[in-house]
Amino acid sequence: MLDCRDLKKIYTNGGEETVVLKGISLSIKKSEFVAIMGPSGSGKSTLMHILGCLDTPTSGTYTIDGQDASKLSDEALADIRVKKIGFVFQAFNLLPRATVLRNVMLPLVYARLAPDKREELAKQALRAAAFPEEFWHHRSNQLSGGMMQRVAIARALVNNPAMILADEPTGNLDTKTGETVLAAFQKLHREQGRTIILITHEPYIAKHAERILYLRDGNLVRDEPSSL
Amino acid sequence: MTITDIFQETTMALGTNKVRSGLTMLGIVIGISSVIAMVSIGQGAQGAIQSSIQGLGSNLLTIIPGILQPGRGIVSSGRGAAQTLKNDDVSALRSVQGVASVSPELNRRFQITSSAGNNTNSTVIGVSPEYLTVRNVTIENGSFITDLHFNSLSRVAVLGPTAAQDLFGDADPIGKTIRINQMNVQIIGVLQAKGSAGFFNPDDTVFVPLTMMQRILAGVDYLSTIAVSVEHKDLMPQVKDEATSVLAAKHRVDPQNPDFSIVSQSDILGTLTAVTNTFTIFLASIAGISLLVGGIGIMNMMLTTVTERTREIGLRKAIGAKKRDITQQFLAEAVTLTFLGGAIGILLGWMISLAVSRFANIATNVSFSSVAMAFGVSAAIGIIFGYYPARRAASLNPIAALRYE
Repeated sequence: MLDCRDLKKIYTNGGEETVVLKGISLSIKKSEFVAIMGPSGSGKSTLMHILGCLDTPTSGTYTIDGQDASKLSDEALADIRVKKIGFVFQAFNLLPRATVLRNVMLPLVYARLAPDKREELAKQALRAAAFPEEFWHHRSNQLSGGMMQRVAIARALVNNPAMILADEPTGNLDTKTGETVLAAFQKLHREQGRTIILITHEPYIAKHAERILYLRDGNLVRDEPSSL
Repeated sequence: MTITDIFQETTMALGTNKVRSGLTMLGIVIGISSVIAMVSIGQGAQGAIQSSIQGLGSNLLTIIPGILQPGRGIVSSGRGAAQTLKNDDVSALRSVQGVASVSPELNRRFQITSSAGNNTNSTVIGVSPEYLTVRNVTIENGSFITDLHFNSLSRVAVLGPTAAQDLFGDADPIGKTIRINQMNVQIIGVLQAKGSAGFFNPDDTVFVPLTMMQRILAGVDYLSTIAVSVEHKDLMPQVKDEATSVLAAKHRVDPQNPDFSIVSQSDILGTLTAVTNTFTIFLASIAGISLLVGGIGIMNMMLTTVTERTREIGLRKAIGAKKRDITQQFLAEAVTLTFLGGAIGILLGWMISLAVSRFANIATNVSFSSVAMAFGVSAAIGIIFGYYPARRAASLNPIAALRYE
């Protein structure tokens, strides 16, 4: 479903070239739960940006769901993001003054879905993310961190994406709340067969996935099933 | 994004920072309201001048001695120096086709004292009975100068209301005597008020028979003005040409270069309209500067907003917003601000113009066109000053925007 061939990313800054990804090849099948691990500077964020169609590689090919996304314009990338990718960020990135429902409906606005169909899809997504119904009409800045992250998960789910990309989703949460968020991911993976890619630098979080990819200095150094 | 989505985003965004949105909008409110108020004062002045000039008699041609200097206009023409208009010009003008009546006039300022002991320096006009119809004046009390008074050089006078007030206060002046240039004259009538024409007050005048004025008071045989009323408005140019050639032939001068000038009310109106238009444009452009400052305020606020909401923009782009969506969202915020500001500004400007006409006694007129213009300008300001910040928001790189602290 997701296939990278020899991905390279080179940043040029004032004539000086920095090679961030040095030729990464990997493929992720549908319904896999994969963690990408690596220390800071290993290139995992850059890889996530390419996998999430926020950026394009300098060379190499990347296909998602049968579509080549390595040489598309910004607007075409936006189209892929809205249809195929759900993002969960470390800092939640919710609209603080909007209600939970409105936050979850936001991707549907950009998917140009008719307004009367949005609410039902948002409610389904909130249920799938195990978000309690009594808070649906609360403003998102009134929620706790764990709750906010579940709103973000529901938002990532709402447009029925091919994969969910989670970038350090537990980074701003305490261990216990982090566990509930990870449990929500596992539930989505087991019950709905969602493809989930988790980016983290903590081994115990990576263990929640089925498969772990290790990055070091822009190279994929290990690719192994999770020991859990 | 549908219109409803944009509207919801806009109200949410502007509601987040009510004080800032309000203060920014205030700039537009002040700009628009001052434009509306200033234009209303200018247009009010224009309307007042038009109606008082029309009140002086429509279909009127005024013949004055001497030549109007091109470019110096009609208003400032210093007349009285030339003495080329004579009494027999009047009968020649009466024979011109299309002329309804002719009113020969001679005016001069004299010191006038009343039997009540007041004195005033007013314009004394020697007139014939035709003055009443040609100049469109109405008698309030008593009678106007008759043919009998005219032919017998009677020492009678009709007062304009201001002159009557100055000389006699609230007392009835009819039958009383005034002294003009050491000569006793009896009051036979008082005119109705006409209102000021802007530069000359037709109410502060004293009317005497022209014959008496020429032979006794002034001791001259020429006229300062001949007013000609024309049967129909459409005949004005034709009568003007005819009168020019008749008078030129009589004065034995070249019709292209006569020793008199014929001015129609529309010429005077045109000059005064040009003056008030300049005045209106001047006021409106001063007010327009404050509108421009308001627009820059909008741009400033929108740029701040874009910087503050960089992460939000990054998120929106990550979940699939296109450039167009972001541009629309921020443009809508700017246009909403200026549009609301414009609406409030129009109301405020309208109230200011009402207050000005009520308390400062200046005629004002809020026209539909100035309201429509204000709306158009405020929407345009929103688009012009909102476009740059909106484009800047839309062109943010989502990765950099998400990382922005």
